[in-house]
Amino acid sequence: MTDVPSNLPRPVGPGAPSAPQARSLLIADARTRRRNAAEKRFRLYGILAIAVAMLALVFLLFTILRDGSSAFVQTYAKIPMTIEASIVDPQGNRDPAQMAKVLTTSYGKILQDSLARYLDDNDIVVEGLGDKDIQGFFSAQGRADMRQAVLADPSLVGQVVEVPVLTTSRVDGMFKGRVSRESAAVDARTSVAQYDLAMALAERGDLQTRFNWDFVTGTDSSDTRPESAGLGVAIIGSFYMMLIVLVLALPIGVATSIYLEEFAPRNRLTDLIEVNISNLAAVPSIVFGILGLAAFINVMGLPRSAPIVGGLVLTLMTLPTIIISTRAALRAVPPSIRDAALGVGASRMQTVFHHVLPLAMPGILTGTIIGLAQALGETAPLMLIGMVAFVTTYPSAPPQGFFDPASALPVQVFNWTQRADPAFFERASGAIIVLLAFMLAMNLLAIYLRRRFERRW
Amino acid sequence: MPTFWIMITVLALAAAGFVVGRSQAVRAVSGNTRLLHSRPNYYGWNVALFTALPPLLLLLIWVLAQPAIVARAVEDHIPAEAIADNESRSLLMADVQRSATELGRAVSAGTLTEAEAAALTPLDKAAFDRLAKAGAKVSDTPHVLAAAQDYRSINKTAARLLTGLALALALGGMALALSRTVPEFRARNVVEQVVRGVLILCSLIAIATTVGIVLSLVFESYNFFRLYPWQDFFFGTEWTPSFGGGSKLGILPLLWGTLYISVIALLVAVPIGLFAAVYMSEYASQRVRSIVKPAIEVLAGIPTIVYGLFALVTVGPLIRDWLAMPLGLGNSASSVMTAGLVMGMMLIPFVSSLSDDIINAVPQSLRDGSLALGSTPSETIRQVVLPAALPGIVGAVLLAASRAIGETMIVVLGAGAMARISPNPFEAMTTITVKIVGQLTGDNDFASPETLVAFALGLTLFVITLGLNVFALYIVRKYREQYE
Repeated sequence: MTDVPSNLPRPVGPGAPSAPQARSLLIADARTRRRNAAEKRFRLYGILAIAVAMLALVFLLFTILRDGSSAFVQTYAKIPMTIEASIVDPQGNRDPAQMAKVLTTSYGKILQDSLARYLDDNDIVVEGLGDKDIQGFFSAQGRADMRQAVLADPSLVGQVVEVPVLTTSRVDGMFKGRVSRESAAVDARTSVAQYDLAMALAERGDLQTRFNWDFVTGTDSSDTRPESAGLGVAIIGSFYMMLIVLVLALPIGVATSIYLEEFAPRNRLTDLIEVNISNLAAVPSIVFGILGLAAFINVMGLPRSAPIVGGLVLTLMTLPTIIISTRAALRAVPPSIRDAALGVGASRMQTVFHHVLPLAMPGILTGTIIGLAQALGETAPLMLIGMVAFVTTYPSAPPQGFFDPASALPVQVFNWTQRADPAFFERASGAIIVLLAFMLAMNLLAIYLRRRFERRW
Repeated sequence: MPTFWIMITVLALAAAGFVVGRSQAVRAVSGNTRLLHSRPNYYGWNVALFTALPPLLLLLIWVLAQPAIVARAVEDHIPAEAIADNESRSLLMADVQRSATELGRAVSAGTLTEAEAAALTPLDKAAFDRLAKAGAKVSDTPHVLAAAQDYRSINKTAARLLTGLALALALGGMALALSRTVPEFRARNVVEQVVRGVLILCSLIAIATTVGIVLSLVFESYNFFRLYPWQDFFFGTEWTPSFGGGSKLGILPLLWGTLYISVIALLVAVPIGLFAAVYMSEYASQRVRSIVKPAIEVLAGIPTIVYGLFALVTVGPLIRDWLAMPLGLGNSASSVMTAGLVMGMMLIPFVSSLSDDIINAVPQSLRDGSLALGSTPSETIRQVVLPAALPGIVGAVLLAASRAIGETMIVVLGAGAMARISPNPFEAMTTITVKIVGQLTGDNDFASPETLVAFALGLTLFVITLGLNVFALYIVRKYREQYE
C-alpha cells in the first residue's frame, strides 16, 4: 500500500494545529476535502486495477483470435490439371506397382505444366513470371496429394481433372494479409510476380479459400510446408492422456479423499499424507517432468513420447487438485446423513459408499473436470518426456496406442513457435484456439454439472 | 502385450467369482438370505477381491521390476570391455532393447520366422537384407545381437512364467475364498477390511510421489556432483555448456534471471491483484463482483503456453519497438521485461483470489469500529483491514513468488536463452526452468554433466519453491488461527 499517497488525518489534540473556530458540518473544510479526495483516489486505484486485469484478458484473447482464426481457412487453386500419362505412367501399362515408382517430384511437373497451360489458354500475362514462380506456386503437399489420388484411381491418368490443389503458405498468406506486394519482393520464397499471379487468378475466381479440415485432423508437417500442418496427432495424443488421467486420477483421488476425510485416525501418518498432498499441489510442473523422465522412462523403461508416460505424469500432477476438491465435496455432505445411516445399522463403509459418496458426486465430478482441463493445458512436463518429437503418424487404437509416439496440443503449439517460417505462428495461434475451445467446453460442463446437481443443505 | 491380456483374464475371472460366490452363499441357506451373516453381494465381492487382487499386485510388481531384472540378465552376455564406462553401457542397453523390439516386430510381420530370429547371426547377410528392406533396424554387432536375442528369450520365458503364476494366484485365491463361503462367514467385515486397505494404499501414493521426486532428483544430482565440482555449480558466474567437454555450469546467471523476472512479475501482479481484491471485497456491489470475479479467474485458467505465445508474438515486439529501442536499451524481443510483464498478468488472479479470501477473513467488527470512529472506508482499509490481513497477504505473495520461480513456458518463449547477469531489464536473460528444458529436451546422454546438470537445477528449484511454500503456508495458517 506504499504507493498510496498518505495524507492521514492527524490526531486532534492539544498539540495539534488548532482547527478553525466556526465549523459547520455542511461546509467541508480543507482536511475533509483532502480526506474525501484520498477516498476517491483509493477507489479509483481499485477500479484501475480491475480495468487493467480485464484489459489484459481481452487483449490476450483478442490477439490470439486475430492471429489464429486464419489458420482455419486455407487457399486452394482450382484449375484444370492435365495428368499426363507420359509423366505418371512412363511404361504406359497402368500397372499400379510401376506407377508407384514415379516420385512425388514428377507430379510437381504436372501441376506446373497445367498452370502454365492455363495461363496461356486464358491470356493471363504476368510480368516477370518465371518457371520458378509457377513451380513454387503449389505446396509440396499438393503434389503428394495428387500422387496419392492418381495411385488410388489409375483411371485418372490422361484425364483433365479439376481438383482443388493446396498452394504454398506464401500464396495463402497473400489472402490473409500476411504477405504484401512489398514483402513479397524481399522474400526469398516468393516474388512480386507470384503475388501478381495469385491476384490475377483470384480475380478470375480460380483461387478459393475454404474451411481447412486438414488443420484439425491432419498430421504435423516439415519446416517447408506449413500450409499442410495439422493437429490430428496432437489431439489424439491429448485425448489419450486425458483418458489415462481420468481412469487413474479419479479413483485414486476419490479413494485418498475418502480415507482422509472419513476413516483416517489423527496420527503421524495422516499428517504426513496431508503435508505431502498440499506440497505436491505447489511443486512446479517441470519437476513432475523430471520425475517422469527419471522414473517412468529411465527406470521403468517406458517408451519416450508415449501418451502412457504423459498420462502418468499428468495423473500425479492432477491428483492434488482432485483430492482437494473431493474432500471439500465430502465435507459439504452434512453429518446428519452419516448419523442417520449409522443409526439404522449401516457400517461405516456402507455409510460412505451408499450415502455420502453419491451425494458428493456432483462436486467430485466438477473438481475432476477442472483438474482435467488444467492437465490438458500443461506443457512443460510433457516436453521433458519427449513429446516435442516430430510425429507424423497417428497412434493406433488403445491399448497399443498408449505406447505409440504422439504429440499433445500445448506441446504442438510450442513446437510450431520454434519453427522459422512465420506461417507456423498462425498455426500455433490456431492450435491455441482449438485448445481453448476444448478447455471452455470442459469448464462449461463443470459449471453445468454444478448448477444442475448442486445441493444446498 | 501379455500384461494387458492377463489383466483382462483376471478381471473376467473375478467377475465370474462374484457370481459363483454370491450364488453359493444364497444356495447354502436355500434362498433365505436372512440366515447369512452378511448380505449376499458381500460373499460375491469377497470371492472377486480374493481372485483379482493377488495377481494384480503381482503384475504391478512385475511391471516395476521387469526392466531392471531383464537388463541385469542380459548384461552378463556382453563382454566387459564393451561396457567399460557408464556412458557406453546405457547406449548399448538402448541398442539391445531396440534390436530386440525390432526383431519381435519382424517376426510378427512375417519377415523372419521365430527360429530364424533366435538363430540370427551377423554373418547371415540374406536375413539382414530382408530386415533392412522391411525397415527393421537390427544391430549387427555380434554381442549386441546376442544380447538382444537373450533379451527376447528371457522376456518370453518371463512372460510365460508370469502368465502361469498370475492365473494360478487368481484360481488359488478364488478356491480359497469359495471354500470359506459358508453362511457363518463374516464376508462384510473381510471385504471392508480389504477396501480399507486399498484406500490406505491409494493415499500413500502422495507420499510415494514425493519420495519419487526427491529420489530421482537427488540420485542424478549426486551423479552430477561426482562429475562436476559443487563449488563451481553454486558459485560459478558463467553458463556455457558444450557437449564436447570443458563446460562451465554456474547457476548464478540462471538464478539472477529467475529472480529478476519473478520480481518484475510480482511488481505487476501484487499491486494490481491486491487493489482488485480490496475493491471487490470492500467496495464492489454484488452484481459487479459476480461479473468481475469469474472474469479475473479466467486468467488463471488459461494455460501457460498461451501466455508464452502472447509474450513471444505480441508483448515482446511491442516492448522492443515502443520502450527498448527508443530508450536505446536493447533490440531483443525476448527480454526480462517481456517475461516479467506477462508472468505478472498470469499471477494477478492468483494474488487477488488469495488476498480476497484473507481480507474477507478479517472480522467485520474491526471495520465497524474504525468506521464508527469516523474514518473513511479507505482509511479503514489502509489502517485497520490491511494491517490485520498483512501476514496472510505476505503468505499469498510468497506463494505467488514460488509460482513465478517455477513457471516454465512463459520464460521459455518470452525471456530468451542467454545466460547473463545484467541489470538491464530489456536484455534477454534466462532462468533455471528454461535451462532444465534446454538440457533435457531431445536425446539425452545420462553420463555427461551437461545433461545431469538439469537434475541439479531441478533439485535447486524444488528446494527453493518447497521452502517458500512451507514458509508461506506456515504464515497463512498462523494468521488464520488468530481470528478463529
